[in-house]
Amino acid sequence: MTIGWKSTGLFALGLTAALAAAPAAAQTVNLRYLCYADANECDVARDLLDRFEKANPTIKVTVDKVGFAVIREQLETRLQGGEAPDMARVTNLGGLNKYYLDLRPHINAANWEANFATTLPWMRVGAADKGIYGWMTQLTVTGPFVNKTLFDQTGVKMPAAGASWDDWAKALAEVQKKGKLYSGMALDRTGHRFAGIAISMGAKYFDAQGNPSAVVDDGFKATAERVVQWHKDGLMPADIWPGASGAKWKNAGDMFINGDTAMHIAGSWMIQKFQSDVGDKFEWIVPSQPCGPAGCSAMPGAAMVAFKSTKHPAEVAKVMEFMVSEPVIKEYYERTVQIPAHKAVAEKGLNYGKDVGPQTQAALKQFTADFAKISPVAHQLQAYQRNVAIFNATVTYVAQAITGPLTLQQAYPKIQEEIDNAVKK
Amino acid sequence: MTAPAPVSGLAPRAALPAWLWSRLGDMLDGPFRAVQRQVGAHRMAYVFLLPNLLVFGLFSFWPMLLNFYIAFTGGQSVLLAERPFVGFDNFRELLACPSYLDPKSCPVAGFSFWTGIWNTLFFSLVQVPVMIVAALTTALVLNRDIRGRGFWRAVYFYPVMLSPVVVAVIWDWILKRRGILNAVLDDAVSGWNGFVATGAGHVAAIAVIAAGAGWLVRRLAAPHLTGQRPLLAGTLAAVATAALASVLLTSAGLTLPDYRPVNWLIDVRSGWPMFWVIFVYTWGHLGFYMLILLAGLQAIPRDLYEAAEMDGTSKSRQFWRITLPLLMPTMIVVLVLSLIRAFQVFDEVYVLTGGGPGQATKMIIQHVYESAFIGDAKRYGIAAASSVLVAGVLLVLTLAQLAATRKRAGG
Repeated sequence: MTIGWKSTGLFALGLTAALAAAPAAAQTVNLRYLCYADANECDVARDLLDRFEKANPTIKVTVDKVGFAVIREQLETRLQGGEAPDMARVTNLGGLNKYYLDLRPHINAANWEANFATTLPWMRVGAADKGIYGWMTQLTVTGPFVNKTLFDQTGVKMPAAGASWDDWAKALAEVQKKGKLYSGMALDRTGHRFAGIAISMGAKYFDAQGNPSAVVDDGFKATAERVVQWHKDGLMPADIWPGASGAKWKNAGDMFINGDTAMHIAGSWMIQKFQSDVGDKFEWIVPSQPCGPAGCSAMPGAAMVAFKSTKHPAEVAKVMEFMVSEPVIKEYYERTVQIPAHKAVAEKGLNYGKDVGPQTQAALKQFTADFAKISPVAHQLQAYQRNVAIFNATVTYVAQAITGPLTLQQAYPKIQEEIDNAVKK
Repeated sequence: MTAPAPVSGLAPRAALPAWLWSRLGDMLDGPFRAVQRQVGAHRMAYVFLLPNLLVFGLFSFWPMLLNFYIAFTGGQSVLLAERPFVGFDNFRELLACPSYLDPKSCPVAGFSFWTGIWNTLFFSLVQVPVMIVAALTTALVLNRDIRGRGFWRAVYFYPVMLSPVVVAVIWDWILKRRGILNAVLDDAVSGWNGFVATGAGHVAAIAVIAAGAGWLVRRLAAPHLTGQRPLLAGTLAAVATAALASVLLTSAGLTLPDYRPVNWLIDVRSGWPMFWVIFVYTWGHLGFYMLILLAGLQAIPRDLYEAAEMDGTSKSRQFWRITLPLLMPTMIVVLVLSLIRAFQVFDEVYVLTGGGPGQATKMIIQHVYESAFIGDAKRYGIAAASSVLVAGVLLVLTLAQLAATRKRAGG
């Protein structure tokens, strides 16, 4: 019986200790960050957030690493259904605006405005919207990557700065023929990449009131005709645009890495991947942006944003404030090899480290230079709330003109019809 | 607390579970008797059905009702409260086509819907007969006393246990441009050309042609010549052919052109993508239907075949007159089940081709999925209305199955 009392006493003591510790454990806030990666972005974020958690032991951030398709196809449904993460890395900047958490009450808004002045409007809708919802994880610039080794091996002269898309197509066709390549030029299956070329060709996308009422103009048609013809000629591979239906996204990066194509039209976010995956198999460069009659424009985006459905807005803002603090964001851009979107960091310059070779440095320099030349139409399109509808309609119907069910003349009204449906609904 | 009393006739190890089972029965006996007193013995069946019915209702009927409701609403929100009632607008949008046979004449929603419908119909009408013939053939072979019968049954059934996504990924590895099939064909062509280039292959090809010519001449001469003369004629013909072939047939003539990898899944106008979609789906599902048919075959009395053997009936006649008629009820079940499942095809195709090239393999369920979840405008109403229309087709197929089964059973 004595032993029984002792046991009971010990149990009571343990229970009291556990109950005493319980309030501290209950105060721990768990946040979730839904992250997709082009290369190592989520791993770097995890690493930096480990430091945050060490400094803020009551806040835990789980990084849910997912494919881009999850962000693209499932995030909005989760947001509507109330099953959203607290933060996410997104590309549909304006389209998700109604779900964003305005961080201003919890952050140093003046600092954010000073450093992200160019890109904060991309997440806003309308001139009256002054909210601060997130920060650009990179200043993306679309553009081509070229396999220089293939040009050298085939003896084809690479077009100089200011060369048109047609000049590039001609040179790449020659490289393809002489080098017996599977493809000369590969374009990611997305209307976003298409838009960069189209704006250079003179596409306006918006009317005077800022509405996409007549997207299919001469510039758009000139690009669509070229893309269809380049596929017919075999310059562009069947694997990407024709290789799926609807608006399904496809990346042509692997074709470039495998040496199956001499040019990959993608953007600055692929630098890190090409640096690690191409290695010294061949020399790749980022040439000057190819041009059209209306200029040599690229398309600018991905951002880390916060959602208002979070139960812990102050803690979320604390995480965001930590991520944009100068040393942290500098390290993030350096380790992910991205063009900085943070003004002060960009002005002071980045040290990408010894692992970043001269070709990567040159690529970053070229993309940074291209950013300055981005057309106002491209900025307007990037900031437009329903830009994804425009991009998806482009892919869906231009791809069908490539594969045959539709002619371009039949595809054009369907593109506009789908955009109109999205805008009015 | 009493220790479990040994149950007579059972080993001590088996006694405990039996005792626990008996105790459980005792515990439930009281409540069930009380329920029976309340509802009556004839209604007890519904009491036993209730738990399953609740699960079925929650996860099947309730979503069906929700889907039906959403089909008559508009907007882009997934929340019912934020979805305005629009009547038959979604159905009108899907059905507002100048010609259903020409989907591109339809507005965008109808274009996608009718493309999916026609592709699915084509897929079903080709895939189902192919699968039934393949499953029946496999079942007939595996119903015989062959060596390793159990092993072969397991081999053919194994793909059924795989996730459709895994099936599609495996075949994607095989069929993509840099996949296994192209690598094997490329190696075969390179190997043959390498063999011919060495000279040994050239000589071997001439030897085969000469031997063939010699054999033919010998056979033709045999009725007309006696003794060793046909052999002599054959030998002379072989020597002459060899001489002629060595002059006419150079190594270059035997060399095959370089193999250019085929884009089996995305070759735009070749028809290969639909062929492979049908092939892969059949490969993945064959085992299930084979098993049903195998059970049907084993239910056919052996003495019918023995009687037929005694009457000297040929094997093919036995198949047409005994096997097939007696297997027909099972065949009808297989036909209707496979038709319904073919109409619901999605996973394998979506992973394998993404519905491409263009929309060549886009099926109706992919249209539903994409309308609801892909893209900027989430058109849940259009997706739900499409599902209702597809459900109508499936309902007709199911009723046809019931009618056919009743007719066979003489009901």
